[in-house]
Amino acid sequence: MDWLTALLADNSIFNATTLAHYWSGFTTTVQLVFLSLVAGGMLAIPLAVLRVSPNPWISKPVWLFVYLFRGTPLLIQLYLIYYGVTLIEGIQDSLFWPVFQDAFYPCLIAFALNTAAYTTEILRGAIATTSQGEIEAAKAYGMSKGLMMRRIILPSAFRRALPAYANEVILMLHASSIASVVTLVDLTGAARDIYARFYAPFEAFMFVALIYLCITFALIYLFRALETRLLAHLKPLS
Amino acid sequence: MKKLITALTCTLALCGNAQAKDWASVRIAVDMPYEPFEYKAPDGTLTGFEIDLGNAACAEIQAQCEWIIQAWDGIIPGLLARKYDAIMSSMSITPERADKVLFSEPYYNTHSAWFGKKTADLDTSSKTTLAGKRIGVQRGTVQDNYVTQHFADSSDIKRYTTADDLVLDLKGGRLDLVFIDYPVGEQTVANDADYHVVGEMINVGEGIGMAFRKRDTELADKFNAALRKLKNDGTYDRIMKKYFTYSIKM
Amino acid sequence: MSPFCQSVPAALTNLCQYGPPIIDGALLTVEVAVLSLLLSLGLGLLGASAKLSANLALRSVATTYTTLIRGVPDLVLMMLIYFGGQMAMNSLSDWLYDTFAIEVFFNINEFIAGVVTIGFIFGAYMAETFRGAFLAVDGGQIEAGKAYGMTRWQIFVRIVFPQMVRHAIPGIGNNWLVLLKTTALVSIIGLSDMVRLASEAAKAVHEPFMFFIPVALAYLALTSLSEWGLNKLEHKYSAGVRREAN
Repeated sequence: MDWLTALLADNSIFNATTLAHYWSGFTTTVQLVFLSLVAGGMLAIPLAVLRVSPNPWISKPVWLFVYLFRGTPLLIQLYLIYYGVTLIEGIQDSLFWPVFQDAFYPCLIAFALNTAAYTTEILRGAIATTSQGEIEAAKAYGMSKGLMMRRIILPSAFRRALPAYANEVILMLHASSIASVVTLVDLTGAARDIYARFYAPFEAFMFVALIYLCITFALIYLFRALETRLLAHLKPLS
Repeated sequence: MKKLITALTCTLALCGNAQAKDWASVRIAVDMPYEPFEYKAPDGTLTGFEIDLGNAACAEIQAQCEWIIQAWDGIIPGLLARKYDAIMSSMSITPERADKVLFSEPYYNTHSAWFGKKTADLDTSSKTTLAGKRIGVQRGTVQDNYVTQHFADSSDIKRYTTADDLVLDLKGGRLDLVFIDYPVGEQTVANDADYHVVGEMINVGEGIGMAFRKRDTELADKFNAALRKLKNDGTYDRIMKKYFTYSIKM
Repeated sequence: MSPFCQSVPAALTNLCQYGPPIIDGALLTVEVAVLSLLLSLGLGLLGASAKLSANLALRSVATTYTTLIRGVPDLVLMMLIYFGGQMAMNSLSDWLYDTFAIEVFFNINEFIAGVVTIGFIFGAYMAETFRGAFLAVDGGQIEAGKAYGMTRWQIFVRIVFPQMVRHAIPGIGNNWLVLLKTTALVSIIGLSDMVRLASEAAKAVHEPFMFFIPVALAYLALTSLSEWGLNKLEHKYSAGVRREAN
C-alpha cells in the first residue's frame, strides 16, 4: 500500500480533509436514499391497493397523485417543497420547524413522495397481472377481499414487481444527486464543493461517479440475488 | 437548431477569433445577480455598478462589449476556455486566483460583513459563540474560504451557488447568519427591518479586479488605462454615487 | 411595469411581469429535449448494432458505454461534461496555441453540454431498447431474406428495421418521457430554460408557488401530449398485428 500512501501524500486534492468531506457526502446519500425508499415504499403499498379499487372515488385521487408526481420533474417537486414550506405563515415558530429547517428533511419528503408515486404504479401493474386462477381459488375458499389481498395477491405481486422495483431503486439513487442543488451535502454536493475549491472537475466528478457506479453495481448484484431466490419459479427450466 | 449550428461552426477558428488581436469587441462575464453590482431590472436589462462602470470603460477603449451571464462556479474555467475575454464580477484578487488569471488594478474595495436577525447579537470573531450555528456563504468566494478556514469544524456551513439563494434561505429562517460583501448584504438583506449587520466587518480581500487570461496583457493594459482615466475624470464617482452612499473607491 | 400588467389582478402581477421570458424558456426546454432525442436515437441504433455484432471489441465498447452511463447520475455526468469539457477544451486550445500558434475557440456552452449529456445518457437507454427490439424480430424472416439472396443492407432496411420500430416504440416512448423531465437538470448548469427563469423570478419576488406551479403544469402538458402522441404512433405501427386483449 506504499504506492497508495505516496499517491495520497503527493496531491492536494485527495487529502484527509477532502476525503472526510466525500465520506460525509456518501453517508448522507445512503441515508437519504434508504429512508426515501423505505418511506415511499411503505406509502406505496396502501396506495396501490386503493388504486385497484373498483370505486372511482377511491382510485381517482390515487391516480391523480401518481399522474402529478410522475408527470413533473423531481427538481420542480423539490423546489416547491423546499422553498414552499418557508412561506407557510408561522411555520418558523411551529414545532415542525426543525424538520423543515434543515435541507435533509424537505429532500426526504420530496424523494419519498416521488418514489411512492412510481412504486405505486409498479405495484399496480403487478397486482393487475395476478393470475385469474389464484383469485378464483381464493374466492372458492371463501376468503374476504382483505384476506385475499394480504395473503395471495400482494405477496405474488411483490415478487413480480421485483425487476421493475430494482430499476426504481437505482433511478432513485441517481435522482438523489439533485439534493445538492438545495445545499444538501450529499456525494454530488461534496464533489461540487471540492471542484469549487480546487478547480479540478475531472478529479472531483469522476471520483464521485466511480462511487455511484460501485453502489449501483452493489444494488444490481443484490437484486439479482433476490430475483434468483424469489423468482425461481419463473425461470426457464434449462 | 440555430444555436446548435452556430455553436458547431464556431468550433474551428472561424469565429470568436476575429477580435483576438485588435480587441474591437470584448466579451465580459458576470455572475448574476449580485445587487447592487450586477443585477437585472424587472424588464430584464442588466444594470448595476459594475455593469455601468464596465460599459464606461468599454466606451473609453472604443470596444463593443458583450455581457455574458455565467454562474460563479465556472467563471474562471470559462475564461480560460475562451468563452469570454474578461471577468468583471466582483472578483477578489487572491494569490490562488492570480496563479490562473491576470488581474487588472483593483477598482473597488469593500468589507465583508455578517448579517443576521436583529434578535441575534453574536460575537462573530469567536468560534464558541458561532458553534453549531448555520452560516451561509456563496460557494467559491473569498467569504467561503474565510469561513471554511475559521469555522469549518465548529459550525454548520452551507454553500450556495448564487447570492440570492443565500439571502432567500436566511429570510426563510434556514440560516442563522450569512457572510457576504457588505454592499450586497446592505441592499438585499438589511433592507428588511428584521435584519442587520452582526459583529465587526472584516476585510478579506486585496480589492476587486477584472480578470483576463494571462496571455492577454494588451487587453489588461487597455482596461487599466481606461479605469484609471474614469477614476480621475469623475465618471467613476458619478456611477458610484448612483448606487452607494459611501465610498468604495480604490 | 407595462400598463397591461398593471391592470391584471394584484395576485398575478408578478407572474405577468416575469412570465413572458419563461415561455421562451419553455421553448428552449423543448429544443433541448428534441435535439437530445435525435442524438440519443442515433447513439442508440449504433449501440444496439454494436452490442449485437459478432465483433468482440465492438460489443465490449458498447457494453462499457451502456454500463457506465446507466451507473452514474445524470447531474454528475452533466457537470463532468460541462466543467470538465471546458477544462479539456482549454488545455487543447493552449496546446494548439503553444505548438502551432493557432487561436481557436471551442464553444462548450450550457446548451451544448446539456444536449450532449442528455443525448449520451439516453443513447445508452435507447441502445437497450433497440437491442430488445432487434431481437424481437422473427429470425425466420431474416433467413427468408437471405434465401432470396438479399444483401445484408437490404435485409436491414426492408425487413428488420420496419418491424423493429413497432417493437421499439413503447421503449422509445418511455425513454422520451423520462428525457423530457431530465431536461430540467440543465437549469442547474446555468442554461436559461423555464426552470431556471422561474427559479430566478421566484427568488426575486419570494413567490415560489406562483412560478413553479405553472412550470409544473407545462411539464404535465408536455408529458400528456407526448403520451397521447405515442398512443397514436403505437396504433399506427401495429396495423395488421393481432393484439392481446389488455
